[in-house]
Amino acid sequence: MSKRRVVVTGIGTINPLANNVENSWANLISGKSGIDNITSFDTTNLPVKFAGEVKDFDANDYMGKQHARKLDRSAHLSIFAAEQALLDAGLDTESRLGDEVGIVLGTGIGGIGATEDAVRIYDTRGPSRINPLAITQLMPNSSTGQVAIRFGIEGPSLTITTACAASANSVGEAKNLIERGVVDTVIAGGTESGTTPMTIGAFAQIRALSTNNESPKEACRPFDKNRDGFVMAEGSTILVLENEETAKKRGAKIYGYVDGYGSTTDAYHITAPSEGGEGAVRAMKKALEDAGVNKEEINYINAHGTSTPINDKNETMAIKSVFGENAKSITISSTKSMTGHLLGGAGAFEAMVSLLVMQNNKVPPTINLTTADEECDLNYTPNVSIDLEVNKVMSNSFGFGGHNGVLVFSIN
Amino acid sequence: MEVNEVFEKVKSLFIEDLGIEESKISMESKLEEDLEIDSLGIVEVVMAFEDEFDIEIDDEELADVKTVGEAVNLLHSKI
Repeated sequence: MSKRRVVVTGIGTINPLANNVENSWANLISGKSGIDNITSFDTTNLPVKFAGEVKDFDANDYMGKQHARKLDRSAHLSIFAAEQALLDAGLDTESRLGDEVGIVLGTGIGGIGATEDAVRIYDTRGPSRINPLAITQLMPNSSTGQVAIRFGIEGPSLTITTACAASANSVGEAKNLIERGVVDTVIAGGTESGTTPMTIGAFAQIRALSTNNESPKEACRPFDKNRDGFVMAEGSTILVLENEETAKKRGAKIYGYVDGYGSTTDAYHITAPSEGGEGAVRAMKKALEDAGVNKEEINYINAHGTSTPINDKNETMAIKSVFGENAKSITISSTKSMTGHLLGGAGAFEAMVSLLVMQNNKVPPTINLTTADEECDLNYTPNVSIDLEVNKVMSNSFGFGGHNGVLVFSIN
Repeated sequence: MEVNEVFEKVKSLFIEDLGIEESKISMESKLEEDLEIDSLGIVEVVMAFEDEFDIEIDDEELADVKTVGEAVNLLHSKI
């Protein structure tokens, strides 16, 4: 029996580039950076003073102050993106979706802002003044629960916390749920809002972040010789995944197919990738195998491309291992150059990019790629978008912990 | 402090701290049904009252408080 195929019928996003799909795509194609000086808190004490913050979004305006103040920002963003995605898919956002619909959301660090606030209160005013909503805001599954409550999603639910691979894993596990026939529709994606003082300070401590405070928009430079770390970003992207037949029967718009998913673990080091990206290589091969796609058919790779010295070098090696001689002819780009690193929201955002690349036959660039690095010698689409017919895309996501989630998408 | 002064303080605290719409708040309004203050919200309300009026409220004292008026009377008796 052939596998049920999974399609994407709706997309919603809020991220440093824009607060909807259309403007996000326009900014990606024009090579705009969404990174800037942090405005949401005082960065005086921090070694890193910039990030990719969501702009022009007031949760109080969106959902009312009484409701908004009960949720962490990561949940505000996920509800906003989910509503867009459901409307885009032509699903009803005002009646309950019921138990034929599932939800799988990824996050790296859940409601970390709420955690930081609660600890601050505990230290200054003691345990009797801790916000009684703290637990429900900080638990990593908070967004999954809040989105489910808002839209009445009563089917299976999962929250995936594989760091920066989280929402690639979410899309992959959602695909599995549909393939296995558990449900026909799954709301899948990720959310993150870790652009907070302690979290930025802690990432800076492990020298993971770029410290280019002089030029924030040029700080994220994946595959460039002068790259010096990733840039923290916040946002949420949600996709509506459906069984192909169900979607076609209701006449839904189809962005493309989620055909391949590879999930592996390095089991090597808690932050560093295994030598040559060995775990990434296995994930990429498994995703191709799962999709039934020959490696020669992939004509665009949305790279993990974080802009850390070690990721970009190892990812390049991994791509060469998988694609061999063909590696140099594949068009690659890292859209993190423009968004920064959405952590648990990255995989879903980049799944969106993968689908839009095939829809529009345009590839967004890797911006700030001005100085070649001999260890990064593939075609990363430097600085300017290109027109290219793309039918099959691979999207890579790798996370602290050694988690690798790779997705393969097809236009038909 | 007069009862109506306590009410006015409670009202502005509900509006400013909890984001509740002004038009919903009267002495008769029910905390859970009318103001959507659930079991988690009640803990917040107690904390806000304690800070605002510099008093302590035991959980048992709250057991019978279902409306804004009952809360106002409880606070009035403790100030």
